[in-house]
Amino acid sequence: MKAAVIVFPGSNCDRDVAVALEASMGAKPLMVWHRDTELPAVDLVVVPGGFSYGDYLRCGAMAAHSPIMREVKARAEAGTRVLGICNGFQILTETGLLPGVLMRNKDLKFICKDVTLRVENDRTDFCRYYRSGDVVRFPIAHAEGNWFVEPKTYREMEDNGQIAFRYATASGKVDESANPNGSLGNVAGIYNGHFNVLGLMPHPERLAEDLLGGADGKLMFDSLVEALS
Amino acid sequence: MSRITPEIIASHGIKPDEYTRILEIMGREPNLTELGIFSVMWSEHCSYKSSKKWLKTLPTTAPWVICGPGENAGIIDIGDGQAIVFKMESHNHPSFIEPYQGAATGVGGILRDVFTMGARPIANMNALRFGDPSHPKTRHLVAGVVAGIGGYGNCVGVPTVGGETNFHKSYNGNILVNAMTVGLADASNIFYSAAAGIGNPVVYFGSKTGRDGIHGATMASAEFDENSEEKRPTVQVGDPFTEKLLIEACLELMATDTIVAIQDMGAAGLTSSSFEMASKGGLGVELDLDLVPMREDGMSAYEIMLSESQERMLMILKPGKEDVARAIMDKWELDFAVIGTLTDTGRMVLKRHGKVEADLPIDPLAQASPEYDRPWTAPAKAPVVRLEDVPAHPPIDALKRLLGCPDLASKRWIYQQYDHMVMGDTVQRPGGDAAVVRIHGGRKAVAITTDCTPRYCQADPHEGGRQAVAEAYRNISATGATPLAVTVNLNFGNPEKPEIMGQIVEAIKGMGEACRDLDFPVVSGNVSLYNETQGQAIQPTPAIGAVGLLADVGKHTTIAFKAAGNAIVLLGECKGWMGASLYLRELCGREEGAPPPVALHRERRKGELVRALIADGLVRACHDVSDGGLLVAVAEMAMSSGIGASLDAPSSPALHGWCFGEDQGRYVLEVHPDDLPGVLEAALAKDVGARVIGTTGGHALSVGGQSAGIDDLRTAHEAWLPAFMGAEMSGH
Repeated sequence: MKAAVIVFPGSNCDRDVAVALEASMGAKPLMVWHRDTELPAVDLVVVPGGFSYGDYLRCGAMAAHSPIMREVKARAEAGTRVLGICNGFQILTETGLLPGVLMRNKDLKFICKDVTLRVENDRTDFCRYYRSGDVVRFPIAHAEGNWFVEPKTYREMEDNGQIAFRYATASGKVDESANPNGSLGNVAGIYNGHFNVLGLMPHPERLAEDLLGGADGKLMFDSLVEALS
Repeated sequence: MSRITPEIIASHGIKPDEYTRILEIMGREPNLTELGIFSVMWSEHCSYKSSKKWLKTLPTTAPWVICGPGENAGIIDIGDGQAIVFKMESHNHPSFIEPYQGAATGVGGILRDVFTMGARPIANMNALRFGDPSHPKTRHLVAGVVAGIGGYGNCVGVPTVGGETNFHKSYNGNILVNAMTVGLADASNIFYSAAAGIGNPVVYFGSKTGRDGIHGATMASAEFDENSEEKRPTVQVGDPFTEKLLIEACLELMATDTIVAIQDMGAAGLTSSSFEMASKGGLGVELDLDLVPMREDGMSAYEIMLSESQERMLMILKPGKEDVARAIMDKWELDFAVIGTLTDTGRMVLKRHGKVEADLPIDPLAQASPEYDRPWTAPAKAPVVRLEDVPAHPPIDALKRLLGCPDLASKRWIYQQYDHMVMGDTVQRPGGDAAVVRIHGGRKAVAITTDCTPRYCQADPHEGGRQAVAEAYRNISATGATPLAVTVNLNFGNPEKPEIMGQIVEAIKGMGEACRDLDFPVVSGNVSLYNETQGQAIQPTPAIGAVGLLADVGKHTTIAFKAAGNAIVLLGECKGWMGASLYLRELCGREEGAPPPVALHRERRKGELVRALIADGLVRACHDVSDGGLLVAVAEMAMSSGIGASLDAPSSPALHGWCFGEDQGRYVLEVHPDDLPGVLEAALAKDVGARVIGTTGGHALSVGGQSAGIDDLRTAHEAWLPAFMGAEMSGH
């Protein structure tokens, strides 16, 4: 598998995801600078977390209009796997690659903590090492993770299996107590209609090594390597 | 040019005798720009004029110290060609006036101090002191400061891995925001600030200069009065995105062989950076202020020199390297301008619109700035409180009250607003004795802590100074790391009052003793004085930030109990010291008594013992005993794991003294029964008192015939801060 990580000037999880990718792939991903207009031939593009361009406007809004994102969008439409984490998810919704918007958290604060997620669809390249219904632990670190989409689209997405992860209790129950940010349907991550684009607010790369407190996130990178090699 | 009147001199915070000295130095009357420059350079904040004499007494050397105080930050060697660069700095006055921006720019400033030396910041910490929770401003200040620290640190992508927060009425009018940054550098590629090379270009880069923050340093060197809110325009505004660009641009530039010297523009902006760099290099500088990138039109020389606009750097480049540097700044979309040259005159010559606006000798303003030996009186010693005179409360009832009191209550509400995991190396997150951050790509890790117990310092600044250092030493040791060095952030009231000066002197003496005896040198620091409002001073708060090294990150220990059926061992003596304790304050409403004494020679032995036991794999969990005493420490170990404990108290001291006394130099260890003989033997060999005080297991904590479920304790511990801050959300 070949992978590229897009680096915006305010990206700050680019190194973290590169480390996690390397641990699963056995090779370093390519780091692609935001001003580049061409993407090398790769199997996976990662749009990492951070504060692209400072995010003083709406999160991801400026990044969505950068030259490199036009290229990412074209690749995604041609079927390349694209993974957007946190700010990367925000950018993918702003780009139109994923439906919905990410609004300010319900309590208006930045939240950094581990959350438990229920895997909703394991029949994708991102999640083949998980089983639907599994509860996994990933950290979140965001102020704008409150996902919303209008009801009709939401129902279609549910019917299509486009919900990737939901915030859930440790026993897998999806309820208000498990929802850290007010997200519609406790949604933590979603796929596009072709299942080649995944965006999620939690950070799988932050718990991909036991020394850091857990390795549930590593399975996502292992899944991708397995699927794309 | 307007005449310099006594009113103008006074409004610049310059005392009449200082003005006489200015006239001597200048040989003429200064103009307004020159006077402004004197005022910031000679401010307490920049010159350390009241504390210098005493700071010089602190131990600053050790074989592993690469750079001690006097540079932007301190540097220690951690082997393998790597160095740790760190410092803690206050942003107290601005944070009280404008909490979000004050705290945010405090983080920005300390980050720059560290990366300007060639280090990539790898962790932030902060030590916060707020007023009484019932004071009408406290909630607003907590909310603003925490949001500001998070807003800045989260965006630059440096994890905020820990800190401490206290509440006390003495901070009602003067909160303390002390921010610390730890960075990792290549020991062979460190950058200093001494200018060199006559004719070399003086280069400005980063953000543009605006009119914000003018006279911030002078504001931070005066007491507050009822009009302090009017000083809001002196608070700077932070831009963490630009800071992030600045970090990356600096580190990229530092990998090229182009920089002679570099310094950030912190307090007193372009003035202090240019004067300090020139003074350290024994050179002169000529600046054309027309070339400074400016945000607004029509700025005067005075405004340009005194602006404290953030995210700006000054450097001396090697000749002919301007294009290399400019290309990197272009990539990161940062302003870049050659604004002057180094000269051999020893003078600072500033031109604006082709006219000389200031011509000053450099040394008298910088390295040779005033130094005062202010009169001081040693504080009276508080009497020792006898345990018999302290009423006994049932232990579990008292424990619940202590766990939920503002100083001990969980600070989860705060640290969850900080990204403490970005960079992927946070091994021990907030909530342990010290944060543990792995050195990227290897097996080593650093342990980081901030410590100070202001109520001890109030009761006895000398003992309190010793205790702050000793507690930092313990917190580092409890993770298994070897304590290496400290940064000190001294926060006090008005040094012109002999009793306050006495606190400063005694605290520094105490810290010096502890640092010397524990081989724990001071490598950097900052002094914040005049933390007074209408004559009311803060509790003396000499905050310590400390760093230690773990050779193998896999061997670090945490405070959480690991399994049922293990022995709980107390290292150190327990006499039930109640003076200046939290128990006395929170349960008896008494803020009195001498604080617990620290026995430094035993402290060191115990630290060595604990580290050796951890390295040998004999310790399952380890926690130092501090605020609230033994029972609080054990409760914290239980709450972090969900595994309970049952304790057997000895017949003496009295139960409440055993549970809540704050005797120093103690650790609680969790030890597997098979390892117990080895641990007790090792303690005996080191002449350290050790006894088994209980066993882990179950889901409750029991002692003295009382018991509470861990969930109950957690509720008591977790509820206070969110409830307190929640009240702010609803507008009450």
